[in-house]
Amino acid sequence: MKVRYRALHPFDKEAEERHIQEDHGLHPYDEYLKPGRIPHIWCPGCGLGIVVTAFIEAMKQKNVPVAQSAVVSGIGCTGRVAGYLDMDTYHTTHGRAIPFATGLALVRQDLIVTVFSGDGDLFAIGGNHLIHAARRNVNLKVICVNNFNYGMTGGQVAPTTPIDARTSTTPFGNAEPSFNLPHLAHAAGAVYVARWTTYHARQLVHSISQAFDKKGFTFVEVVAPCPTGFGRPNKLGSGLDEMRHYREVCEVRNGADPSEVEIRLREKIIVGTFVDVERPDFMEHYQSLVVARAQAKAKSKGKGKAA
Amino acid sequence: MRFWRLPLDAEHHSIPRGEVHIIDNRCKGCGFCVEFCPNGCLRESKRFNVKGYHPPEMVYGAEEDCGDCGLCSLICPEFAIYTQLKEAKKITEDDIQKVTTRYSRKDRRYAKKR
Ligand SMILES: Cc1ncc(C[n+]2csc(CCOP(=O)(O)OP(=O)(O)O)c2C)c(N)n1
Ligand code: SF4
Ligand SMILES: [Mg+2]
Repeated sequence: MKVRYRALHPFDKEAEERHIQEDHGLHPYDEYLKPGRIPHIWCPGCGLGIVVTAFIEAMKQKNVPVAQSAVVSGIGCTGRVAGYLDMDTYHTTHGRAIPFATGLALVRQDLIVTVFSGDGDLFAIGGNHLIHAARRNVNLKVICVNNFNYGMTGGQVAPTTPIDARTSTTPFGNAEPSFNLPHLAHAAGAVYVARWTTYHARQLVHSISQAFDKKGFTFVEVVAPCPTGFGRPNKLGSGLDEMRHYREVCEVRNGADPSEVEIRLREKIIVGTFVDVERPDFMEHYQSLVVARAQAKAKSKGKGKAA
Repeated sequence: MRFWRLPLDAEHHSIPRGEVHIIDNRCKGCGFCVEFCPNGCLRESKRFNVKGYHPPEMVYGAEEDCGDCGLCSLICPEFAIYTQLKEAKKITEDDIQKVTTRYSRKDRRYAKKR
């Protein structure tokens, strides 16, 4: 067999850049997106784009300057958000978005640090980090996109997969009960807990902007369609069908008890703002308990030397 | 239902008129904007974009109906559609009647589908 090689053309960087320039700025939200990254990789009908739009819209409504916002995400389809937003973003290792973000939030207290990640990233491999950040009440805005599976790696079962749901690793139905994310976040100590679906785009924008205003660990769960990983094995149809399903079965119940909002396959989904309380955050405690005492001690020592 | 007169505070309000901009080649044809536009302004077009999907288009005669609510731009996962305020129109008696017809058209659309 004769192998024919294609003639190699040197990469035309200028033409590439011209193309990017032409394509960028067509949409008002493009100023928040890195040039040349759209179209994104997410499947048709995936809800992730809506969550990004809601986040951008919340930033616009609250007049959060791009220079003051930092987004940290882990690995997964959701984790790719860090690659698309045109601000200080950090695409960390799998499950470690919260440790990176904690460091950032403690050192740069002027920043609004948002953790944007998937259910598998935040609650499977990164579960411990999340509960301890919530316990310490670190000033983080966590947005968890819950698509009930590991989307990126091929739709495997996740700790959020409802019992009896089919995934690529549970072809006979999932035998394990799932996490109720708002309940978990609330029990661990989050000061703001809300759940919306991608169908509730406006309420989601409102919730994210409320979270921007709050000091401490806030948690917003967004139920999103994943037609590729979760919709197909469970015969939920396209992304649009899943959105219609949300329209039909969702019940808004603000202030509901987080322990009663578990999600089951094809059943009612309770959405709303469940928890909104005040609690001193990590830095406040640290300042009053450690820094103040250390300073006082250093002062008294200094006095002793001088005398 | 017919309204028999203009609301008393009609002068203090206006009707926002939006202009829909669709970036054809970004569309992946998920159909969210078509389904969720509260005024039923959009439909799937017959033409293809470069990716082979059918981008949305304005329903014939619905250009006047867009109220610049911006839901399509919020619910589009692809950053492919947005609205802009074209004008803030004074309310006239005609508009009051039109509001009712606009909703009835949407209802008919639903009735056909189910
Ligand atoms: C340490 C490590 N283990 C496993 C993986 C493989 N991996 C990549 S993405 C992913 C799951 C992501 O799931 P989720 O956070 O729910 O994101 P989604 O794709 O559903 O948005 C896994 C297990 C990895 N990248 N690194
Ligand atoms: S696999 Fe699922 S989560 Fe990932 S892009 Fe596709 S639809 Fe979205
Ligand atoms: Mg997931």
